[in-house]
Amino acid sequence: MNEEMALIAALKTQHKNLVLSMFDEGILDDQFTQVQALEDESHFVNQVITVFCNDTERAITELNKNLSYQNVDFEKLYDSIHRLKGSSSSIGAQRFKFACMELHLASEYKHKDGCLRALNNMTREYLLLRSKFETLIELENRVSAIETRERYRGNHNAAST
Amino acid sequence: MVMATESQFHVLAVDDSLIDRKLIEKLLKTSSYQVTTVDSGGKALEFLGLNEDHRSIPNTHSVSPNNPQEMEVNLIITDYCMPAMTGYDLLMKIKESASLRNIPVVIMSSENVPSRINRCLEGGAEEFFLKPVQLSDLNRLKPHILKTKSKDEKRDKQEKQEESDPEFQSQQQLQQLQQQSNNSKRKAIKGEQDLDTMALPLWSK
Repeated sequence: MNEEMALIAALKTQHKNLVLSMFDEGILDDQFTQVQALEDESHFVNQVITVFCNDTERAITELNKNLSYQNVDFEKLYDSIHRLKGSSSSIGAQRFKFACMELHLASEYKHKDGCLRALNNMTREYLLLRSKFETLIELENRVSAIETRERYRGNHNAAST
Repeated sequence: MVMATESQFHVLAVDDSLIDRKLIEKLLKTSSYQVTTVDSGGKALEFLGLNEDHRSIPNTHSVSPNNPQEMEVNLIITDYCMPAMTGYDLLMKIKESASLRNIPVVIMSSENVPSRINRCLEGGAEEFFLKPVQLSDLNRLKPHILKTKSKDEKRDKQEKQEESDPEFQSQQQLQQLQQQSNNSKRKAIKGEQDLDTMALPLWSK
């Protein structure tokens, strides 16, 4: 029993430290703290992260498509950029948000090369963010699994005594 | 029917972004509101009981087939930037509707554009929130809901009093009868005048 408790504590520390390092590196900003404050038994934060990642990948795919034409329709980029700026701001993904703002600027100037460079940068930032988010979710899931097992064992023992 | 004093207020949240819908729903629930979320202005109007032409569905009182529990909506919070119908367009439609215009509307936007903010406030929005919306922002909602509720309750109370007061009822009936007889008198006089002036019927022209 003590082993499990120690393991849970270690996993939680890892989780906390990873989040702190993301704040330190400017990958996340204070808005993520606001999101964390809404955490509940349904793992709200994980749900938000999942929605964010799905949305972002869809939008990046769309942007890649629209920037692949010889004559780029810069108007078409607007919707995706606006969506990404919004969602990154809502989740507190600061560095990714800044990368989106660079793309926005380049698209306003109708600068195709600038847009491609900005999109590359955005993609890099997104992949970094996603990998860290995945680690956070994995750590939480492991904690949940142990806690559920312990709860089951506890109930089982209580029932059999 | 007695309203429970602890009954929750019901907020309708409108936003085309899924992540923002999730967040605003959670923020509202954390602040003890009942929440319905929709992803467009059109769906919001449907939920509120306006049909596709944005005219009132008869026999609904701020309630639609999609709102089976017949919960009244106490506040609408909507994003500004949405395709098809912006938050401002939605605000206008709500203010144009006799059945909905008293519901307080709050607008949210990720962009801090003073002219946009002013336009919304002048259009009748109670508040304008900059995104991302915080828990503390939602504290500003209650006063608007309570103000409207007390106005509604006063009006309802007055109507109920009038309905249940027998003397008032009989006075009303007397007035109605008098009005009817006045109208007939007027018609009769008018009839005589017409004969005098030989107004030609329309179909003879």
